[in-house]
Amino acid sequence: MTTFVLLSITGLGLAALYFLVASGLSLIFGLMDVLNFAHGAFLTIGAYGTWWAAGNLPGAGSTGWGFVLAVAFGVGVGTLVAALIELLLIRPLYQRHIEQVLVTVGLSLALVALVRAVWGSDPRPFPRPEWAQGTTSVLGANVPNDRFLLIVSAVVVLVSVLAFLRFTRVGLIIRAGVENRTMVTALGIDVRKAFTLVFAIGGAFAALAGALGGIYLGSISPGQGTSLLIFAFIVVVIGGMSSITGTAAAAVLVGLVQQFANYYAASGVGDLSVVLLLAVVLLARPSGLSARLA
Amino acid sequence: MSGQGGAPLLRMSDVHVRLSGSHILQGVDLTVRRGGVTALLGRNGAGKTTTVKAVLGLVPSTGVIELTGGDGRTERVDGRRTHEIVRRGIGYAPEDREVFAGLTVAENLALAERRGSDHHHDRVYELFPELQKRSRQLAGTLSGGQQQMVAIARLLLNDNQLLLIDEPTKGLAPLLVAEVADVLARAAEEVTILLVEQNLTVVQRMAQDAVVIDQGRVAWSGPADDLLTDADRTRELLGVAASGGGDHR
Repeated sequence: MTTFVLLSITGLGLAALYFLVASGLSLIFGLMDVLNFAHGAFLTIGAYGTWWAAGNLPGAGSTGWGFVLAVAFGVGVGTLVAALIELLLIRPLYQRHIEQVLVTVGLSLALVALVRAVWGSDPRPFPRPEWAQGTTSVLGANVPNDRFLLIVSAVVVLVSVLAFLRFTRVGLIIRAGVENRTMVTALGIDVRKAFTLVFAIGGAFAALAGALGGIYLGSISPGQGTSLLIFAFIVVVIGGMSSITGTAAAAVLVGLVQQFANYYAASGVGDLSVVLLLAVVLLARPSGLSARLA
Repeated sequence: MSGQGGAPLLRMSDVHVRLSGSHILQGVDLTVRRGGVTALLGRNGAGKTTTVKAVLGLVPSTGVIELTGGDGRTERVDGRRTHEIVRRGIGYAPEDREVFAGLTVAENLALAERRGSDHHHDRVYELFPELQKRSRQLAGTLSGGQQQMVAIARLLLNDNQLLLIDEPTKGLAPLLVAEVADVLARAAEEVTILLVEQNLTVVQRMAQDAVVIDQGRVAWSGPADDLLTDADRTRELLGVAASGGGDHR
């Protein structure tokens, strides 16, 4: 029983990490039709931004509010970089899908190479606040606290995104834009502003995933974002490409399947199971678990 | 074109549109005068919808497209972005309604509220009480006629100077055709309408001016009555006779 509880909560923690990366991807694809292969780089930027701030930014640190400030710095840098990339590189390429893929793939490689050039290829130990290093007993299982941090963060992000889409005018524009961008512009709305905002929000979530992933994994490395991005893409496809709730459900499914398969079969089988899960879902429901944005 | 209305509101000169290698509009020249309804007619595939889309910048075009504002100032809008053109007081109801199926009726209307304009929800709900009853219903679950009401309601919500309405009666039952025509006739008392329409009964009832497009060019323009009372000309230009009206598709 304790193993089951531990595996379940750890799987949900992994799912939370996948959701944080995949939610931005899903929003960006849904509204802008952009498959953003540079999304993993935002995660790397968030992780390194947080790590750098914890050691160098005045007021920031590895514990308490200092760590919160470091995470805020990492997320801020990730958000800023995402917004700039949208304005300077993606905006001139709207509706030019091949060029977008080339630019985002190139950008991903370039940003990772830049991080590698500045801080090297070796993994860096990530600051972990004291509370995150402890455990909490749940039904007899000693669960590391960082799992709860990830799960709570993902739930807060999910609820915030749903509320934003449901109750704000920009959210209304995004929901309408996912259905029919042309008609949104024909109502006199500059949908490009929504594009930039969505890209920035996606960058912020990925950067947050970078910071929280650093706590979860204990270290950061330049290629971390790219490897997590593969699973995030699988989550987005299983979830229905442009559905936030579908993405959340898919993240939970993928996280749990991966965790249980790795434990009960063999290490590495989890990754294979996720790919099999993708194949099964696509065969049974080609449009994924959900086809609607919210 | 000639007509009984006021000063020009929309003028298109030598407008060309090329899409996917096809030369769709081949030098369209037309003028829509302020006030009343101008019907844009032609056979299927003649270029009517493309003409409307060119005005809105929804398709790339060459040539000159000018709008004259309420203050008498004329400015070129060709090459401008769609949302900038629309904000000059243009409402658009596309051929297939294109309501947002995943949004409620109220959300569809809220989305259409344009900054810098008064929003006339009372007028809209007075014209379409059905929409008020169904304001929380998803637009995708409405009937075709109800979706057309939403599409027209979006037009009437803001203060516009020109409405571009593409086949508003397409696919509607005769009773609904009459209802839509009634609403548009009331709207035309306050705003200029460029109406793409295949139903000549509706055209006969509403339009003062008519422009016929054929193979991407203006083949005829003038008072609508001159066209619709001349059976030979109607048959020649539209392939049908305006025998007291009726759908000529």
